[in-house]
Amino acid sequence: MSATARRWSESARRDLTLAALALVLFGAVTCAFPGFAAPGNLAGLLDDTAILIMLALGQMLVILVRGIDLSIAANLALCGMLAALFNRALPGAGVVPVLALSLASGAILGAFNGLLVWKLRLPPIVVTLGTMSIYRGAIYLLSKGAWVNENEMTRGFLAFTRASFLGLSTLSWLALGFAAAFIFALRRLRVARDMYAAGGNPEAAAYAGIDAGRMQFIAYTICGAIAGLCGYLWVARFAVAYTDIALGFELQVIAACLIGGVAIAGGKGSAIGVLIGCLFLGIIRSSLPLVGISAFWQMFINGAVILIAVLLSARSRVHPRSILETPRP
Amino acid sequence: MQAPHLTLTGIRKSFGGARALECAGLELHRGAVTALIGENGAGKSTLVKILSGVHQPDEGEILLDGKPVRIADPVHARRLGIAVVHQECLVFDNLSVAENLFVNAQPATRGFVRAREMRERASVVLRDLDADFDAGTPAGALSIAQKHVVQIARALVDQTRVLILDEPTASLSRRECTELFRIVRKLRAAGCALLFISHKFDEIFEIADRYAVFRDGSSVGAGVLADVNHDELIRLMVGRPVAQLFPKVATTVGSELLRVDHLSRTGEFADISFSLRRGEIVGIYGLVGAGRTELAQVLFGINRADAGTFTLAADAAAAGIALVPEDRQSQGGILAFSVAANIALPNLATLAPRGLCSHRAEADLARQWIDRLEIKAQGPAQTVQNLSGGNQQKVVIAKWLARKPAVLILDEPTKGIDVGAKAAVHAVTSEYVKAGNGVIMISSDLPEILGMSDRVLVMRRGRLRGEFSRAAATSELLLRAASEA
Repeated sequence: MSATARRWSESARRDLTLAALALVLFGAVTCAFPGFAAPGNLAGLLDDTAILIMLALGQMLVILVRGIDLSIAANLALCGMLAALFNRALPGAGVVPVLALSLASGAILGAFNGLLVWKLRLPPIVVTLGTMSIYRGAIYLLSKGAWVNENEMTRGFLAFTRASFLGLSTLSWLALGFAAAFIFALRRLRVARDMYAAGGNPEAAAYAGIDAGRMQFIAYTICGAIAGLCGYLWVARFAVAYTDIALGFELQVIAACLIGGVAIAGGKGSAIGVLIGCLFLGIIRSSLPLVGISAFWQMFINGAVILIAVLLSARSRVHPRSILETPRP
Repeated sequence: MQAPHLTLTGIRKSFGGARALECAGLELHRGAVTALIGENGAGKSTLVKILSGVHQPDEGEILLDGKPVRIADPVHARRLGIAVVHQECLVFDNLSVAENLFVNAQPATRGFVRAREMRERASVVLRDLDADFDAGTPAGALSIAQKHVVQIARALVDQTRVLILDEPTASLSRRECTELFRIVRKLRAAGCALLFISHKFDEIFEIADRYAVFRDGSSVGAGVLADVNHDELIRLMVGRPVAQLFPKVATTVGSELLRVDHLSRTGEFADISFSLRRGEIVGIYGLVGAGRTELAQVLFGINRADAGTFTLAADAAAAGIALVPEDRQSQGGILAFSVAANIALPNLATLAPRGLCSHRAEADLARQWIDRLEIKAQGPAQTVQNLSGGNQQKVVIAKWLARKPAVLILDEPTKGIDVGAKAAVHAVTSEYVKAGNGVIMISSDLPEILGMSDRVLVMRRGRLRGEFSRAAATSELLLRAASEA
């Protein structure tokens, strides 16, 4: 391999490739529909993708430590319902307690996942498949199946996500802020380094004094807190809370991670990659109506993109690892 | 005597740069048990893998009944009548005994397994072997010894003519061994050619008719067992000139650094007592499974002892003990990490005291060690995955030496790495003890143990079976203590 190719690390090269692909896609759509690149449209695209970005960053942490969080969308829906009910019960409390409540409740739900995985050593996919149903069921019990509608929400509750600063919504700023924080934290924080180590090789991590289970707990808790926050944001943005909000959204979140180059077997992934992966999906989603393709094709295209992304990363891999793969001699 | 059933001549096999077999040969006769003897790393396992079709030899000839054959893959080996009973007991725990016997060869009509026929044929074979379990038993419920019988029965179902037993007795009790040997004799009487691999000389003399000795990938002797004795076999095994590879530096041995008192862990090792002094390298020799790695894991704190204590000298307690584990890929390094991140990992408390990592500090530390250990990497940022085995091992050693421990435990520090890297590892070890630290070196490599140690402890079946000073230790003595002659 040449020296120039070496200057970029493997993950940086993957991020660059993905960014180039996203730009090509963006350029193609813009050529056909010049309005696509208009600032207003781009701000809208970011606004539409913001929640996906935040959730995918949380999910990435969990996948990094060899876990997966299937309950992420159910957590979001439950915390969103809690936020809506809290706002209805105490309309005068303002937004800050709502934010605190949704973060805290999400963190507790995430920590519950984390504890089951850490202390009882249960397989992550089974744990979160279970809690996914539990959290959804809990919404029904809380709300008795009723909706919380726009007219039951206070103006401040609704306005927070829509406030605009320098042309971008609160949602967009939050997503960019989270992305920046993750990029910094994953590079520089010791606990992040420990997570990469625990996901990359739990046994060697144990020899270096890192408790891989504890890292999983931390990842699930952070992921849960983000899901909880997104619960409030989702409810405020769409101005409605009911049992089935964000149903199946966990799959889009996981898809964004995989497209963004996060290794499903753990230990590899970057925040920039995830950010680009989300934007990639966002571009596809918002360009489909322009091209005249039904939005129902979105799922089909998401799936195809995942398969292509996995195929590309499988070909560049030196040491195959198997959690979800079949080992071959 | 009749012509051999299976003959291998001039077998060569390399993996990457490492030569596993240099010029190996073997003859197996019908109705005879041939014992294959050699140190760890002499090439026995590679030969077994060639016979079972897992690997292809680079050069050399295999004759079956005088006709040259090429064993393409394990299925082909099975069709040629060659079967292996593996040390690790490769049995499907989730299937019944009968299903295990017919794996990949079920009697079937248009894809439907004829279950009754399979069970009946399995029962016949098990009865032949006087097995004490029936064909319907789930294999997971069997003991290790019974699983060996299942593997042998599988070989019989295949009409095996050559049966390879790869250290079958390593995890069997004496009574279970007797049972196994009864079956082996029965197969021998039926005209089967058997290859028996073992480190235990008493068993070899009990069961084998012929012997073949491997050393460093070459055949160094073969013949009828009745013509040789135990001492001659050991001499054949180790009789190489010990290369002057070991830059052993004379050190002054100082005060006691680590004291281990009657340390035990159930099922792994028992009643281990020894002490380590400053400036000293204590070698621990033994065969695979003697409990050496388990002892190291307890000293390092991966596992806890059930009884006994170990104490560091008061002024060394803060510096502590570090362990370079045996398996550098799964326990030693994070392959996906860069050289710098690997070396930094156990040192982050110093490098990132407030939880914030500095890439520059990590790269500086890595550069120091890359120079000191002559690690062949393009720089601190190179991924460890892309380094050669020897350089990976140097990174693992660097990451622990950078912590400046008072005691360093090296578990098979030079296993599978090339001569140059070996010398570098030995040099840095010598330098480290010279500074007044202590090293415990676990190794199955006799020249390494003899060349590097100030004192050698020998472990066998979880217990200390001998202590030799540097002057008194010889290959013969160590091997005899380790292999219960």
